Amino acid sequence: MSSEGAPHFSSRDAVVCRGVGKTWAAGTKRAHNALTDIDLDVAPGEFVVFLGPSGCGKSTLLYLIAGLEDATEGQLWSFGDLVETPSPQRSLIFQETSLFPWLTVWENVSFGLSIRGASKEERRTVAAEALQRVGLKAAMDKRPDELSGGMRQRVAVARALAMRPKVLLMDEPFAALDVQTRARMQDFLLDVWRDSGASVLFVTHHIDEAVALADRVVVFTSRPGRIKTIVPIDMPRPRNLFSREAETLRIQLTDLLRDEVDRAFAEQEALTATA
Amino acid sequence: MAVVARDSEPGAAAGASRPAAASRLMASMAGLDWLAKIWWTCLSISLFAGLWELCWALGWADEKLLPPPHIFLSNIAEQGRYFNTATRWQVGQSMTEGPSAFESVLITGAATTARVFVGLILASVLAIGVGVLVRYYRFFDRLVLPTITLLSPVSPIAWLPVAIFLFGIGNAPAIFMVVVALFFHMVLATINQIDTVNTNLINVARTMGASKAQIYARVIVPAILPGMLQVLRMNLFGAWMVVLVAESTGVGYGMGQVIMLARNTFNPSLVFFTIAVIGVLGFTFDWLLRLAQRRILYWLPDTAERLRVL
Repeated sequence: MSSEGAPHFSSRDAVVCRGVGKTWAAGTKRAHNALTDIDLDVAPGEFVVFLGPSGCGKSTLLYLIAGLEDATEGQLWSFGDLVETPSPQRSLIFQETSLFPWLTVWENVSFGLSIRGASKEERRTVAAEALQRVGLKAAMDKRPDELSGGMRQRVAVARALAMRPKVLLMDEPFAALDVQTRARMQDFLLDVWRDSGASVLFVTHHIDEAVALADRVVVFTSRPGRIKTIVPIDMPRPRNLFSREAETLRIQLTDLLRDEVDRAFAEQEALTATA
Repeated sequence: MAVVARDSEPGAAAGASRPAAASRLMASMAGLDWLAKIWWTCLSISLFAGLWELCWALGWADEKLLPPPHIFLSNIAEQGRYFNTATRWQVGQSMTEGPSAFESVLITGAATTARVFVGLILASVLAIGVGVLVRYYRFFDRLVLPTITLLSPVSPIAWLPVAIFLFGIGNAPAIFMVVVALFFHMVLATINQIDTVNTNLINVARTMGASKAQIYARVIVPAILPGMLQVLRMNLFGAWMVVLVAESTGVGYGMGQVIMLARNTFNPSLVFFTIAVIGVLGFTFDWLLRLAQRRILYWLPDTAERLRVL
């Protein structure tokens, strides 16, 4: 994390946040500050995990980076360009399935290309290639409802990859999957990440997931979300998640999170007491 | 990609065999399922008719006021004479000449059905168009939505004089009545459907660089289709109700006109016969719409089974 005050207009980093904050429903009675004072640099090709209690604004930050929401404080850059609108360079993958149910798997994957008016042959070729990378080429002509939850998320990853993004934004993408599938998907994601060379920003509240995936873990405070600390993980890949080192990290992250969860609980209790 | 390769084999195999097995099972069940449906439909109607007949047999239902099915269905030829009276008059035929009783019923039924169909199509196209425009242009929303909400609770009966002032006599006022009775509700339903489209789907399209027009055309319209067809089905019955009101005021000919004729000549048998014909037409129409729904909305799973396990 950079500590210089001056904005890095010239920075070629994948994502640069300076003093970023978001207040929902700003200027109304329901206004609430979800996120404040975020300074963050993500290098190209880096795998960063956002870890924090529910409602700490980590997903909000992802939406701001995606350009789907406007920051109410500060500014964001991606590869030197100010983030103002969504861009195919920064693909977002959601927790729930977000495939278009009326399109086949390959049509879903090539949706972005069809927006640009690409020919059917080109779209099918690109879709086949992207699906090959997630190991689902055989399912090309199926419909999303014929696939399992894990397969659907792999199709969502393929759809993001088809846009050749430089930043992959993932909002708890494996949260709805069972434990075994989730472990497989983590390995799969690391393969995809290594192949694509894109930066990955991955939101989760699972400590195990953070330890398995991240180059750096950004730990958030509860409301309003601030960066509490950034924990680098230097373990070589493939990682042995049962090693002493991994265990030490899990304990460290658990301690960091516990304070925040306690604080969030206390706040909620105070709120219900006054209500 | 070692892990992926290992994972993909069983995954793809399971994906291929599961729907295949399911569809084979469905195919073998389909024939029986179809027969069972007919059986239950017949049973349902027979039960209703049976109760009515029982009331008649016990002397509770006066056959001059509430003639049971076996009476009002017994003299179709007699009843048929009253159908299609307007065209008989137009071509200068007497009551005993012209198309046979059966043909007359068919012609009259077809005329009413055509009005329902045209009215329903017009109302849907207009309502979906206006509903999408309301959400697409903020300006249009502010300008048009208050009036639509204001006119929405007005009963179709109130529009009847307007229909006659504007269109006089003929098909047009009946179609106008159907359109005006459905349009306002369907606009509000369309807006509601648009508001409940999954935000993720819209956000996916946005991150892929889709324009506002593309998001509406490629995401929102397909996403609201299932709900809109449901709305259409609900409104189909509304259309059938309204068209009778319109026809009873002298559109020329149609089921509504026959009902009025029956009322004026105190002919309960004819009333119930006409009601039976309307019921069959409406039922068939609904069935066709459900068939179309299944064709158009190929991606929707059948959720009717969900509650059966309770």
